[in-house]
Amino acid sequence: MPTADELKRRIEEALPGARAGVEDLTGGGDHFRAEIVSERFAGLSRIEQHQLVYGVFGDEVGGPIHALSIKTSTPGG
Amino acid sequence: MTDDQIRGFIENAVEENKVLLFMKGTPQAPACGFSARTAGALNTLGVKYAALDILPDPRIREQLSALSGWPTIPQLFIDGELVGGADIVAEMFESGELAELLGAEHPEGTGQPGEAEAPAVESVAKAPIGLENRLQD
Repeated sequence: MPTADELKRRIEEALPGARAGVEDLTGGGDHFRAEIVSERFAGLSRIEQHQLVYGVFGDEVGGPIHALSIKTSTPGG
Repeated sequence: MTDDQIRGFIENAVEENKVLLFMKGTPQAPACGFSARTAGALNTLGVKYAALDILPDPRIREQLSALSGWPTIPQLFIDGELVGGADIVAEMFESGELAELLGAEHPEGTGQPGEAEAPAVESVAKAPIGLENRLQD
C-alpha cells in the first residue's frame, strides 16, 4: 500500500528540483492529494503538467492509487 | 465488440460531441464523487453536454486512457480535446475559465459547483451516446 511519503519521494525523484506535498486524504492509502511546485511545468498546459505527474506512477493510478488529486504550479507562481 | 471497435466508438464520440464527459455512472446517477462534481460543474453552467458511462465494460476505460494519456475518470473533452479530470475542471470552474471556454454565464457568487441535477440532464437524456447499449449488440 503506497504512503504519502512514498508518493512525495517518487515525485521529487522523477522531477528533479520539484517540491511536493502529498496528503493521504482518507488515511486508507488509496486517495491522495499532491501539490507540486516545479520549474519543469513552465510553458506546459495544465493537462501536460498533470500528465507529467501521472506519468511518474503509470498504471498505479487507477489501480492501487485509486485517486490522485493534483495541483501544480511553477516557483514564480 | 472488439477493443478496436470500442476505441473507434470513443474516437467518434469525442469528434461528434462538442462537450463530452466520460464518467462513472450518469449525470442523473453518478457513481463516484469525482464524476458527480465534474457533472455538477457542467450542470451549474447549464451547458449541453453528452455523457458516457465507462462502467458497463472495463475496456471502455482502458481504451479511453490509452487514447487520452489520462489515467483517471472523469475526463472532460471539449471540441475534441481533453480539457482535464475532476481537479482541472473544478479549478477552471472556479476561475470562470470553464464558463468562458463553453460560452456560458458563470453563475454569480458560486465558488463550488452544485450537485449533479439541473438543466443539462434533460439534454443528455435526449441525446444519449449509449456506448453500453452498443456493447450489448
